[in-house]
Parts: sequence; structure tokens; C-alpha cells
Amino acid sequence: MSHSSTFTSRMTHLPRLRLTRKARETITGYLFVLPWLIALLVFIAYPMVASFYFSFTEYTMLKPPRFIGLDNFNTMFNKDPLYWKSVENTAYYAFFSVPLSIAIGLILALLLNQNVKGIGFYRTAFYLPGLVPAVASTLLWMVLLDPKLGLVNLTLRIFGIEGIGWLRSAAWSKPALILMALWGGSGSTMIIFLAALKEIPQSLVEAAMIDGANAWQRFWNVTIPLITPTILFNLIMGIIGSFQVFASAFVAGTGNTAGPLNSLLMYMLHLYRYAFRYYNMGYASAMALVMFLVLVVLTVALMRSSRYWVYYESDERN
Amino acid sequence: MQSEMASPAVLDPAGLKRRRLIRRVLWKGLVYLVLTATAALFVVPFLWLIITSLKPLEQVFTDPLIWIPHPIMWSNYVEALTTPAFRFTLLLRNTLFYVVTTTIGTLISSVIVAYAFARLRFAGRDILFTITLSTMMLPSIVTLIPTYVLFKWLGWVGSYAPLVVPAFFGSAFNIFLLRQFMTTIPWDLTDAAYVDGANDFVILWKIVVPLITPALLVIAVFNIMYTWNDFFGPLIYLGDSNQYPLVMGLYAFRTRFSIKWNLLMAASLATCFPLIALFFVAQRYFIEGITLTGLKGV
Repeated sequence: MSHSSTFTSRMTHLPRLRLTRKARETITGYLFVLPWLIALLVFIAYPMVASFYFSFTEYTMLKPPRFIGLDNFNTMFNKDPLYWKSVENTAYYAFFSVPLSIAIGLILALLLNQNVKGIGFYRTAFYLPGLVPAVASTLLWMVLLDPKLGLVNLTLRIFGIEGIGWLRSAAWSKPALILMALWGGSGSTMIIFLAALKEIPQSLVEAAMIDGANAWQRFWNVTIPLITPTILFNLIMGIIGSFQVFASAFVAGTGNTAGPLNSLLMYMLHLYRYAFRYYNMGYASAMALVMFLVLVVLTVALMRSSRYWVYYESDERN
Repeated sequence: MQSEMASPAVLDPAGLKRRRLIRRVLWKGLVYLVLTATAALFVVPFLWLIITSLKPLEQVFTDPLIWIPHPIMWSNYVEALTTPAFRFTLLLRNTLFYVVTTTIGTLISSVIVAYAFARLRFAGRDILFTITLSTMMLPSIVTLIPTYVLFKWLGWVGSYAPLVVPAFFGSAFNIFLLRQFMTTIPWDLTDAAYVDGANDFVILWKIVVPLITPALLVIAVFNIMYTWNDFFGPLIYLGDSNQYPLVMGLYAFRTRFSIKWNLLMAASLATCFPLIALFFVAQRYFIEGITLTGLKGV
């Protein structure tokens, strides 16, 4: 009797509780996401739309933007030789720094994954440079890469290599910048790869071993396919990051000169000058739009290509 | 010679074993050699930073290289950190302000928003979350200029407001990360508190936050690292040099005293030293953080 009464009270109680709880969840839900909703609208959606619109205007912030059609793009592609210089410099930088950083990070991770002792020491050694702010590391490398009396050139001289001008030469300033990026960035790439390597199920490696695969075959047919998603991720993030390289080029190029013969004039540096020195916000927005579209195309292309070279475990289960 | 060796080895299991052992030892040796050599390449530039910071100026650029300064100029640090050209205590205070306020802001806002995504059901939640995910890879360049114009219009340019205020509205990656952690918390744990009449703020603060502390520390450490090293934000938004954080102060120091490389190196080391100290204290969260950022795409 008492049993059934509690049962009925629960029956009548439950729907009421659910209803209030649902209403409460809805209200608190909207309340809790409100800050982010504002951020999405004010700091992401509005700026994206406005940036697109500014691209087709002349806008110096003193007067409202004036619509000028494709003039900014015409100037950019046909009348601004420094624009193409910045594209060339950025492409050069990205083309070498991204794959090299992935290769070095991967090789170091593979070596550290060989059950080595003192893994903590090596990991710290590779990661430490990543903690040095770009301004400080660039200043340090300006000392290291001094053409006459820097540590690097005096060491290279022992091997008979002489006369590399590094940051003082138009031909070597970008390799110098890439070197700095590799010093500062390979460590975190390595940690990402190391985590991915640790995720590889030991059973797969053992199965391959039983099937008679040698170390090289196990590496090439088991390890590498299983970390291709991580390679893809690092590739995409590396491209996005390297296209926007700024601080090292800004400091090494000593602000106004952008390196010998504008060899360190990176895309972001060119954009920075138009936006925050000349306050030509329309032109700078147009530059931002082009960079964004290129990044979207590259990312989509890489994602599309992934079906040919990236291994997803879930595919096997279908 | 090789073919001569090969056939007896197959027949002789002991010899085979020994050769395997030798090969393994050689391989291990090679691994250590490559690792140590590469580690040296990474460490030596850093050592050079320390060495140069302790040199008298005339020993900075020499042929042959000077590895041990004589005398060791500890006074470089006194000079670099007290010179009016690099007002270290002021710069440090500004950096700490920037770091602490944004870290608090991003933690509070991201936790609250993530809680809504993870534990509350409301119409439009999933669409909003999908939008949030899609903004994670958005390069900052597409929002840069209108955001600047907006802050200019608000009269905030020339202050820390543009750098600090947005942190209080959440960040996509932090929200995503915390939501993933929160979804692993068993519902029973929070349901019991609901029945007892606790509201969502209490549940979030008393039950959820203690369970996701490692994720919060990861976010804190990453935000500290990002803001400590941020150059572009302060460069475009801050006005006069009284507001500069350390990295900006270092840049300004360089443009004024480009010749005194020893002092510049001392100032550089002082700029990154607190972060390095934090790394050694909270290494685990740095490593976890990098791992999490790396695996989010997988």
C-alpha cells in the first residue's frame, strides 16, 4: 500500500519536475552561452562581414567607407609590386618552414619513442626554445647569425663554409627566419607527434611482427599510416601559422626596412603597414580577404587530398 | 665476406642472438647520438643567450669565440634591469596585468559557456556548438581590421581594454576543450545535486570545476604563455611606452640601444625567465596542452 502510494506520487511528481527542469535548462542554457553568443556576433560574425565589405571600399577611418568596387584588388594585383614581393616572401617562408618543421618534429618524436632513457631531458631541450618570445629569440639570432663574428658563421668556417650573410643578405634572410622558426617551433610539433605515436596500439605492431614484418616495414606500413591524421593537422595549422608570420620578420627587418631589398617583407608586415601606418583600412581588408580565401582553398584541398593519404581507423570498421 | 658470415650464423642460434644484440646496441647508440646532437643544436643558442648576457661588451663579437666571459659580468643584469631604457619593473607589472586579467577572464567565461554546451539542453545548442567548432581554425587576420575599427570607435585604442575585454567572452578552443572534459562527468553526480535543489551555478562551481581542474590548468598555462609572448596585440593597441608589456619594452630597448648586445641579451633572458620557471613548475600542463591542441583535429 505504502509502496504504491510512493509510486503514484512519483508518477505525478516526475513530469512536473521534468517540465520545470527543462524550462530551467533552457533559461540557464541561454544565459550561460550569452557571453560567447555576444563574442560570436561582435568579435567574429560582424568583423567577417565588415572585413568583406571594407575590401571594396576606400576607408581611412576619418570618413565613412566609400565603395570603390574592385579598385583595391586592382591596385593589389597590378599596381603594387611590394604586394607580390610579400606574397613571394611568405610563400617561400611557408614552403620551407612548414614541411621542415613537420619532418624535424616527426624524426625527433620517432627517436624519442625508441624507449630512450632521459626522455624528459630531451623533451625539455627541444621544447625550451618555444618559450622564448619571438622578439627575444629574434634578437638572440641576430647575434648568432652575425655574418662576420656570429657563432653560426664562425662554426661553419671550420667546415669551410664562409660568407653567408644571413639577415644582412637578401638571399639568406629568409633561410635565417626559417631557421629561427624551426628552433622555436619544432619542439611543440615533436610533442604532438610523440603523443600520436603513444596512441598507436601495441597489438598492431606486434601483429605485424608476427606476420614477419621487419622494423622498416613496421615503420612504413603501421606507424606512418596511423599518424597521417596528425601530419595533416600539423600541415594545416603550420600553413595557417606561417602565412601570418609577423614578429620575427618585424624585429629582424628592423621595423621600417623589412630586411635587405624587402626580402623580409612578409604578407602580414605589408598588411600591418597599410592598416596601422597608413590607415588604409580598405586596402588592408582586401589583403586580408585574399589571404583568407587562399587559406580556405588550401585547407579544403588538403582535406580533400586526405582521402588518398590519410588513414582513418573508422574506415576499416564500415 | 658477408655471404660467408651469413650461412653459419643461421645455423648457429647463439651467433644469431649475439648479432641481434649487437645490432640493437648499435641502433640504440645511433638514436642517442642523433638525439644528443640535435639537443645540442637546440640548447647551444640558448646557452649563447646566457653567455652573451654575462659578457663585457667588447667580448660579444670576437674571433675566436669566447665561451666563458672574463670577468663574468653579473652587473649586466643590474644595468639592464634598472636602465631607464628598459623599465623592467614597470614592464613586468604591465605584462602581469595583461596575463592575469585575460587568464581569469578566459577561464571564467569558457567554463560557463562550456557548461551550457556540455550539461544543459536548449534549442539551438548543437548548431551553436557546430558554429563554435568551425571558428576554431579561423585565422585572426579576417577579423583583425573591423575589430580594430570597433575598438577605435569605442575609444579603447591606447589602452589594455581591446586586449583584455574579449577574454571575458570566451574562446572557441577553450570552450571546446572544457566541454569535452565536462561531457565525461557522470550524470548521476550532477542529477543528485539537482534533486537536492542546487542550481547550475552551484553544481558548476562545487562539482564540475573540481573535476576538470587539470583542463583548467592547461588553459591557464596556455593563456599565460600566449599573452606573455604576445607582440602583435600590444603593438597595434597600446599607446605610450608606460603601458608596454615586457616584449614591447624589449623591442623598444633594441631600437634605442642596438649596440649594447650584452645588455639586450640580459633583458631578453629576464623577459622569458618567469615563463621558463613556470614551465619547470607546471611542465605537465604545458605538455598536456600541446598534446590536446595537437589531437583536436584527429
